[in-house]
Amino acid sequence: MSSIYRTLSRGVLRDIALACLAVWVIGLSYGAIAVASGFPVWFPAAQSTLVVAGASEFLFIGIVAAGGNPLAAALAGLLVNARHLPYGLALPDITGPDMTGPDMTGPDMTGPDMTGPDITGPDITGPDLTGPDMTGPAVTGTGPAVTGPAVTGRAWRRMVGTHVMNDESVVFALAQDDLPAKRAAYWACGLGVLVCWPGGAVLGALIGSAVHDTGAFGLDAMFPAVILALIVPDLRDRMTLRAALAGAAVALAATPFLPAGLPVLLALVAVLPLLRQRPSAVTAQAGATAKSGAAPEADGKAGEESVGAG
Amino acid sequence: MKDTTLVVAGMATLAAGTYAFRLSGQLLRARISFPPRAGKLLEAAAVILLAALVATTALTEGHGFSGFARPAGVLVGGVLAWRKAPFLVVVIAAAATAGLLRLLGVR
Repeated sequence: MSSIYRTLSRGVLRDIALACLAVWVIGLSYGAIAVASGFPVWFPAAQSTLVVAGASEFLFIGIVAAGGNPLAAALAGLLVNARHLPYGLALPDITGPDMTGPDMTGPDMTGPDMTGPDITGPDITGPDLTGPDMTGPAVTGTGPAVTGPAVTGRAWRRMVGTHVMNDESVVFALAQDDLPAKRAAYWACGLGVLVCWPGGAVLGALIGSAVHDTGAFGLDAMFPAVILALIVPDLRDRMTLRAALAGAAVALAATPFLPAGLPVLLALVAVLPLLRQRPSAVTAQAGATAKSGAAPEADGKAGEESVGAG
Repeated sequence: MKDTTLVVAGMATLAAGTYAFRLSGQLLRARISFPPRAGKLLEAAAVILLAALVATTALTEGHGFSGFARPAGVLVGGVLAWRKAPFLVVVIAAAATAGLLRLLGVR
């Protein structure tokens, strides 16, 4: 974890903390809504931990509470969550096994590079402390100390890294300039959400009856506002903005007629003009490539300023 | 909750399916050789999906209109975000606007 602090600027870390705080607050409302809808406290706790995708969980709760079939509610939730597939495609290799990621989960397994041999190196965790006496053999005894943890470490990292893929972690990852920063932002935000979302949900469920009418506090406006604030830096790109507006219009137009969740997916048709536009506009592309060199930096700064600066 | 077993089955389906989505994108990416332009397009696709999510969660409730208070709150939040206001200010302003409007009787 200490490497996260080295890789990310303090501004980005603060933004991530604020995003997690917002998630926690939304989790409060989610837990409260779930309990108010007749679910037992354990339900939002379990769902928020196992699904970790706010919009689909709200949707699930809403459909089931309205008398809908839970399996239909699950399918609607899956439609909303289908966006995680393009997320996985868009992300650089963050959870993959080919980079053993000394920058990330380093200390316990592979990370002498980042966390520094002087701190967690062989001297401290090595034979001196845990080695010959008592705990050493008991802990590492089942397998070779070197290869065992490394393999399970990768599998674990892949599993957890996949589970912490969410709107916020993806946005923060994409907003960073280079791969180590992307990876650090992804993990910091992903793990933060994994803690804050269920944490808020549980507390909200426990408080439960206190906030009966979430509408009265405008809590229902928070979720779209959070997502909107997170994509604003991307929307400063005119082409993306146009496509996003078109997609939003399509989704809104389809909402009265299609089952919940489908309209959001249908918005993807707004990608099609982008597909056609790029190859034809050769001159524009030259400009675009010239711009794209500077774009990530500007993007990152925009993200830093808009998402945080609290 | 009427039928706990069925509701838990629904939740498990949602959880497993969501995990499958999260995993399959990454696995596909490893197999497909990936031009940077496609990466840009996918990034745009993600933004489009999120924008649609914003629009639908802000403006609709079920199959109908959500009322004015919520989208007004989101709009205030959006304007503040565009003007680079701090994140927490954006979120709280959105909630406060919607809450205040409802307090004033706007639905």
